[in-house]
Amino acid sequence: MKSHLLPEFFVERIEDRCDRCGVCVKQCPWGVFSWNGTEIMIDYTKCVGCQRCVIYCPNKALIVKPYEGSYRPNAYWTKEIISDIKKQAEQGGVILTGTGSDKPYRIYFDHILLNASQVTNPSIDPLREPMELRTFIGRKPDRLEIEDLDIRTEISPNLVIETPIMFAGMSYGAISYNAFLSLAMAAKEFGTKFCTGEGGLPRDMREEYGEVAIVQCASGRFGVDPEYLNCACAIEIKIGQGAKPGIGGHLPGEKVSAKISETRMIPEGTDALSPAPHHDIYSIEDLAMLIYALKEATNYEKPVFVKIAAVHNVASIASGIVRAGADAIVIDGFRGGTGASPKVMRDHVGIPIEMAIAVVDQRLREEGIRQKCSIIASGGIRCSADVVKAIALGADAVYIGTAALIAMGCTMCQKCYTGKCAWGICTQDEKLAKRLNPKVASKRLVNLLRGWSLEIKDMLGGMGINAIESLRGNREHLRGVGLESWELEILGIKGVGEGF
Amino acid sequence: MREACGIFGVMDRGGRRFGCEMVVNALKNMYVRGNGLGAGYAVYGLYKDYREYYCLHVLMENSDVKSVVDDFVNRNFDVVHDEEIPVNDEVKVVNPPIFWRYFVSPRYDLKDDYVVEKVMEINTKIDGAYVISSGKNMGVFKGTGFPWDIAEYFMIDEYKGYIWLGHSRFPTNTPGWWGGAHPFCILDWSVVHNGEISSYGTNKRYLEMFGYHCTLMTDTEVMAYIFDLLMRRHGLPIETVAKILAPPMWDQIDRMDEKMKRFYTVLRMTYAPLLVNGPWTVIVAHHGEMFGLTDRIRLRPLTAGEKGDLLFLSSEESAIRSVCNPDRVWTPHGGEPVVGRLKGRALKRVVK
Repeated sequence: MKSHLLPEFFVERIEDRCDRCGVCVKQCPWGVFSWNGTEIMIDYTKCVGCQRCVIYCPNKALIVKPYEGSYRPNAYWTKEIISDIKKQAEQGGVILTGTGSDKPYRIYFDHILLNASQVTNPSIDPLREPMELRTFIGRKPDRLEIEDLDIRTEISPNLVIETPIMFAGMSYGAISYNAFLSLAMAAKEFGTKFCTGEGGLPRDMREEYGEVAIVQCASGRFGVDPEYLNCACAIEIKIGQGAKPGIGGHLPGEKVSAKISETRMIPEGTDALSPAPHHDIYSIEDLAMLIYALKEATNYEKPVFVKIAAVHNVASIASGIVRAGADAIVIDGFRGGTGASPKVMRDHVGIPIEMAIAVVDQRLREEGIRQKCSIIASGGIRCSADVVKAIALGADAVYIGTAALIAMGCTMCQKCYTGKCAWGICTQDEKLAKRLNPKVASKRLVNLLRGWSLEIKDMLGGMGINAIESLRGNREHLRGVGLESWELEILGIKGVGEGF
Repeated sequence: MREACGIFGVMDRGGRRFGCEMVVNALKNMYVRGNGLGAGYAVYGLYKDYREYYCLHVLMENSDVKSVVDDFVNRNFDVVHDEEIPVNDEVKVVNPPIFWRYFVSPRYDLKDDYVVEKVMEINTKIDGAYVISSGKNMGVFKGTGFPWDIAEYFMIDEYKGYIWLGHSRFPTNTPGWWGGAHPFCILDWSVVHNGEISSYGTNKRYLEMFGYHCTLMTDTEVMAYIFDLLMRRHGLPIETVAKILAPPMWDQIDRMDEKMKRFYTVLRMTYAPLLVNGPWTVIVAHHGEMFGLTDRIRLRPLTAGEKGDLLFLSSEESAIRSVCNPDRVWTPHGGEPVVGRLKGRALKRVVK
């Protein structure tokens, strides 16, 4: 069948700069460039806009930009809608995509402004004064029984992180070994943690990186055994994911190499299917059983997280999860990324993370159980200001996934599901994966954490705060701009211009 | 909320009661620390005849609310005596509300918790009525005006106590109103405060989980509730509580020996929402004890002085020297409490 699809990108070559070196041919995994013996040919219809060729062209001879040609402009039947219909008409399937939703839903982070001290309260200069970001993730007691310097109260295990930012679950399988290793290396170097996602933790990484690994136990139970659970610093039960709430996952057999097969404990070359629900969790009491089974398996020495997608009833669900015994709850907003998701799920299911944190934090406080559980905000955290706003709304810490991938090289081309990532991140192709050097990639990640942490300190100092815990849930430092009263009410913040 | 102020406290650790001259004169000495938009006093040991009863000082914004409060108090307490707090109408003050005091006995056990609950109910549910103090044998007198005007208005020269706290206010971010003046009080805990609490939102929302509701539109209110929660309900001594409000830095904790390190780590981790951030000094009193404390990087002043049994805590040394010739004056470190306690059996004399 002839495809009626318009190209997405256009590749322009500045001819007098190009010396036919062929780097573009080697770099592009999409088949845009080819050498016909005398000339490099360009088939821009295959271009996904990943910009790999542009960055690696030694002569800076390439420009990749969105294809300008389009249908008659129509605000309702947009080019994207028309293209999707044509795609499905040609293939009869579900449209797949990668990363988080790119749709122009309201970004609440961008409608919230921060406070700063003037006159009555000195702002604090983080270059001269201590500024503390150390964060504890886990259950805290309601009160302490103390005799002299002895604490009589039993203390639940808590993770200690030196910045309120951790790396979100991205499985080995979804991403390459090198990308996975880079996250582990960076987490260890910076004093934070990374989540393994549901693909297990390779055995050769356990000794060195187990202490910074939050190991996931998802609906497919891939790679879960006592050693896996006990080598980690925490365990995360993954119920849902912001990019595709309510559905499972599917790692195609061609990606299940020998090493992935060993890590996931499934036969080589077989599809790794994660069911939509955990088939042993059909209710909150079932979840409590799994939480305690995992605690039993690890001698009550590890905090157990539960990760859910932010959905309409998130506050009540979170309350149930805390009461079921979770030490931390991860809330993944609808902007959360994915290696592969049906586009319709990614773009139409879930709620924004800002709203979800606000309602969960408020509900847990109303029920007097906020201290029993940490809240980790995940899904679409783009910059240090988002981190600060998420914490002021009520989160204890954030997970970053997409931002970490971008730091390593990702350009958000959304073709993760194809397995052909030109940047060596979301692929199991050995040649492509080799492009990502863990030493360099982990350095980029550490730099990002450092940069954001410095910025967070600046923002805190400006607010006259010198410890991150004094920002947590401190909505007095937030003001909404351009929001309606119902939105301000749900966020629990005042509008700009209102004083204390 | 948000202010820069003059604060002063004086206690006789032998339990002898004395008049208001020192506290009023000390606040006069710190004239420039106030701007006439709020002043107040807390006096301990003034209601000897009713000392076993809780005394509710209630601010009422209009006369209509009086009957609602009467009805509420009568329904929830046995009222032993009640009266309007005497004032001198000739003193010029702006828009004074009505002040009434009720000497009451709770009808149920868990007396302190019951009183806190009922105070919160009045403050949150009765529009225009606020309980400004609720302890036994103590009371708060406060309003909009300079300290000497408020002293004269309430005729506090007629009262005697063994602890006096005083406050002269310079509000910067909220209009002065009678309920917003210091001290802030719950049960017999009262607090005068100089500073601005940048962690207010965090502190307030944590306290709400434990039944405290901030209604007086000023950040100092959280201080009173924090002390009540940690010291009365959790039974922690001020030395520990000081390390919750103004904890050591993590790099200090990391250098401590294992036992201390664990203690401070768990303390900070558990009570993180009660770290009080921003610049502040407080002087706090309850029966038998008065203490002063500053934030951990000491962004507001506190000076202590002693003369015999008298302990002075003040924003400025000059204020102490203006009212006595002290034996000793010193400047405490940030986050280190200066504590005065009643000696020997004096405590029994004042509350039992």
